Amino acid sequence: MIEVDIESLGVRGLNERFHRLPPDTNERAWKLTNPKGAHALAVGLDRPLTIEIDGHVGYYCGGMNKQAEITINGHAGPGLAENIMSGVVRVKGNASQSAAASGRGGLVVIEGDASSRCGISMKGVNIVVGGSVGHMSAFMAQAGHLVVCGDAGSHLGDSIYEAVIYVGGDVASLGSDCIEKPMTEKHRAKLKRILAAAGVSASPERFRRFGSARQLYNFKVDHAAQY
Amino acid sequence: MPRSTKTTPAAPSPAANPRGHREHASFPPVVVAEIQRAAREGIYDIRGLGAKRRLPSFDDLIFLGASISRYPLEGYRERCATNVTIGSRFAKKPIELKIPITIAGMSFGSLSANAKEALGRAASEMGTSTTTGDGGMTEEERRSSTTLVYQVLPSRYGHDPDHMRRCEAIEVVVGQGAKPGGGGMLLGLKVTERVAGMRTLPVGIDQRSACRHPDWTGPDDLEIKIAELREVTDWEKPIYVKVGATRVKYDVALAVKSGADAVVVDGMQGGTGATQEVFIEHVGIPTLPAVRQAVEALQELDMHRKVQLIVSGGIRNGADVAKALALGADAVSIGTAALIALNCNAPLFLEDYAKLETAPGYCHHCQTGRCPVGVTTQDPKLEARLDPSLAAQRVRNYLSTMVLEAQTLARACGKSHLHNLEPEDLAALTIEAAAMAGVPLAGTDWIPGRGGA
Amino acid sequence: MCGIVGLFLKSSALEPTLGKHLSAMLSALSDRGPDSAGFAIYRNPAPRGSIKLTLFHPEADYGWDHLVRELSEETGTSVRGEPRGSHFVLTAAMPVETARHWLSHHRPDVRIMGVGDCIELYKEKGNPRDVVRRFRLNELAGSHALGHTRMATESAVTTQHSHPFSTGLDLCLVHNGSLSNHNRMRQWLGRHGIDFQTDNDTEVAAGYFTHLLGEGATLEEALKSGISDLDGFYTFAIGTKDGFAVVRDPIACKPAVLAETDEWVAMASEYRAIAHLPGAERSRLWEPSPATVYSWKKH
Repeated sequence: MIEVDIESLGVRGLNERFHRLPPDTNERAWKLTNPKGAHALAVGLDRPLTIEIDGHVGYYCGGMNKQAEITINGHAGPGLAENIMSGVVRVKGNASQSAAASGRGGLVVIEGDASSRCGISMKGVNIVVGGSVGHMSAFMAQAGHLVVCGDAGSHLGDSIYEAVIYVGGDVASLGSDCIEKPMTEKHRAKLKRILAAAGVSASPERFRRFGSARQLYNFKVDHAAQY
Repeated sequence: MPRSTKTTPAAPSPAANPRGHREHASFPPVVVAEIQRAAREGIYDIRGLGAKRRLPSFDDLIFLGASISRYPLEGYRERCATNVTIGSRFAKKPIELKIPITIAGMSFGSLSANAKEALGRAASEMGTSTTTGDGGMTEEERRSSTTLVYQVLPSRYGHDPDHMRRCEAIEVVVGQGAKPGGGGMLLGLKVTERVAGMRTLPVGIDQRSACRHPDWTGPDDLEIKIAELREVTDWEKPIYVKVGATRVKYDVALAVKSGADAVVVDGMQGGTGATQEVFIEHVGIPTLPAVRQAVEALQELDMHRKVQLIVSGGIRNGADVAKALALGADAVSIGTAALIALNCNAPLFLEDYAKLETAPGYCHHCQTGRCPVGVTTQDPKLEARLDPSLAAQRVRNYLSTMVLEAQTLARACGKSHLHNLEPEDLAALTIEAAAMAGVPLAGTDWIPGRGGA
Repeated sequence: MCGIVGLFLKSSALEPTLGKHLSAMLSALSDRGPDSAGFAIYRNPAPRGSIKLTLFHPEADYGWDHLVRELSEETGTSVRGEPRGSHFVLTAAMPVETARHWLSHHRPDVRIMGVGDCIELYKEKGNPRDVVRRFRLNELAGSHALGHTRMATESAVTTQHSHPFSTGLDLCLVHNGSLSNHNRMRQWLGRHGIDFQTDNDTEVAAGYFTHLLGEGATLEEALKSGISDLDGFYTFAIGTKDGFAVVRDPIACKPAVLAETDEWVAMASEYRAIAHLPGAERSRLWEPSPATVYSWKKH
């Protein structure tokens, strides 16, 4: 386990150090201390590292992540793991807005609450939120799964494409073209697998499924008001 | 998203009104046809390219060539250098361009793969850059272009850090001249398997796009985003910020404060693959005042030439290049003009233009995906009409011509480098152009809005 | 665009260090607001019958002592003052209107930055780190404070254009975001008796709240009205004599972080600004919901 004090090395020094690791590096386990809300921590990684960050992080922690497993023992600022390609980013506390924005793969786990726009523009990432998500979550969500164990704020899944949303609690309101869909055994099995991968315990039975009504895929005059 | 729509017919020539019926200036045939189309279809008109209406432009400026008080340079023998460096502010590896003309961002999806390849090859031969577009980078484009700028757009379609790292610069797109405040648009016919795969969309749907970035809003958060992009790429690459020309002075100042290495300002003449006609014609200011305002903003921050300014939107010839540089731009970018060099609106396959209810010289139907000359299509049969080698040659020739033209004008003004052109080398032919460019009306000392006579 | 901060102390034990903590909060947000900075600090309540005014004059060695003497002699009341950087805090034993009237007649070039029982309002051009140093914010004690670091979006970078804007007695406003209907709103407010010094959008919001409060609305009512009347993107923090309030627009794109411990409540555009506060690591940390008024008051 390599320990690094972020305050001493600096964000730039730290990221450079990660980026310079050879593909077959054996320096794989890291513990980072004193993040103090710093931005762009552990971004653009492309190594099978395991990183623990002790404290709260600022914007874009784990942005564009590939392969690495990053755990934040604290809260995360906006844009957590934005555009994640693969690997896992986990937050023990809460995440600010736009968590996992445009994420294309991998897994993002927020054990607390996520704020507004969780999963905005997601393109294949799986997101599991132990608590609740704020308004406009899964806005323009194209692919992947958003699993919310708690409640979802207003306008959930507005303008959604093919991403699938599972919500365990209440949904304040649904966005344009987002509708509730039936939960079958197949869906519950899928949900169970995602929850297990995230290490979040919840019973699939109480979840509801939401997705695209697909009415906005080709413009029709009668739907003009939804735009 | 609306289906592709037909054009309005061209206004009839005077010969078509031999009996002298009274014309209606507020409701000419083009406007009448558009109202009738709207009444039929119930949806806004969508098209490609940029503002078609007449605007104050570089055509309204002229150069004051050498005479007795100034001496010209001999053509060919006496050097007029054309190189420019972009990204000297923060990047470890600034970009060196041999000519101050780059190829603007145009998406694969909007353009065919052959078109992107041809542009890349031409740019590489001329020692300049091309730019990806909304949808991400293709391998053909990376292979054919030696200097590739990677766009980061509100949609983040196809956004890939590996691709970003393989490019030479990054361009954060806030907006473009054709539709400042609008997002990307690609209609169903062009969302083919390949395009859909890159963008993670269902095949054949009309692509809806975000107009704001998903993970930041405002220059204060843009600063943090730019810092993240630098961290991902180890501070190597110049980062540009691109805006459509509206509140140019504020936007350029804010781009500088957010940490940009270069600012790209796209005037209302700037083109698009598809957007609402109302957006194209009624939002944004022309390129002419945009250049001046951008340069003033940089000068006020003492950042002129330290943060480079790239200007686009209706750049058509070497005269435009020279004038943009004289007003203070570091380089220009071409989009529509490059497509025309490829073959856009070439008088070939006339029956296919007719099927689109248009004709060569009038076509703006990029949004249909039925481009008769294979430039803005995803249909392999149509794309095959564009031979990348021949097309690359055409674009290379065109770029060469523009550079020679610009050098000719610069030498005539006694400049050994295009960058030594200044606003004082210019005069304006109209009052609007004088006011917009901040250049005196020819034969007077008068710059409207700034006193003098 | 900008950074905003607020710190409200629940425990009086921390009052001596209020300025020191606020200073660090403002410095942490210099990147997102490099052009100018300002803060309002609530401290040293004026004696009954007195009023405190924070004054500003651009001249380096302005004759503040002279002003104090003149005002005192002419009104026959007790007047004292304390210079701090380019500003001056005047405490005068008279009604506020008397003080305003005298100043506008005898010192029309002196700007009144803030007025109230407790508020002191300081703001200036320059990097926030320099601004807090010049005002020696570090040494100030108080019960609560708001601050702002500015990246000018549309209006100029001047002292006048900096935040906080004072909206009324012991009231102030800081703003992160960009309004979109402030020009029309400014004209309307102008016709209803609100004077504006600048073309700044935040000043319009401040004037809007002043107007509503003047018409008898409570702070909560005024902020709720603002949610529908003010268009654009904003996180507002408003300072009052005994507390502060935070509200975000319904779209809520601009950031806002709230943190609370048994000793304090803090608000900032980025967690970084809160991170160093004593007990921050263990604080309850959350984000205000859009279109919702949050407020805290001393008891």
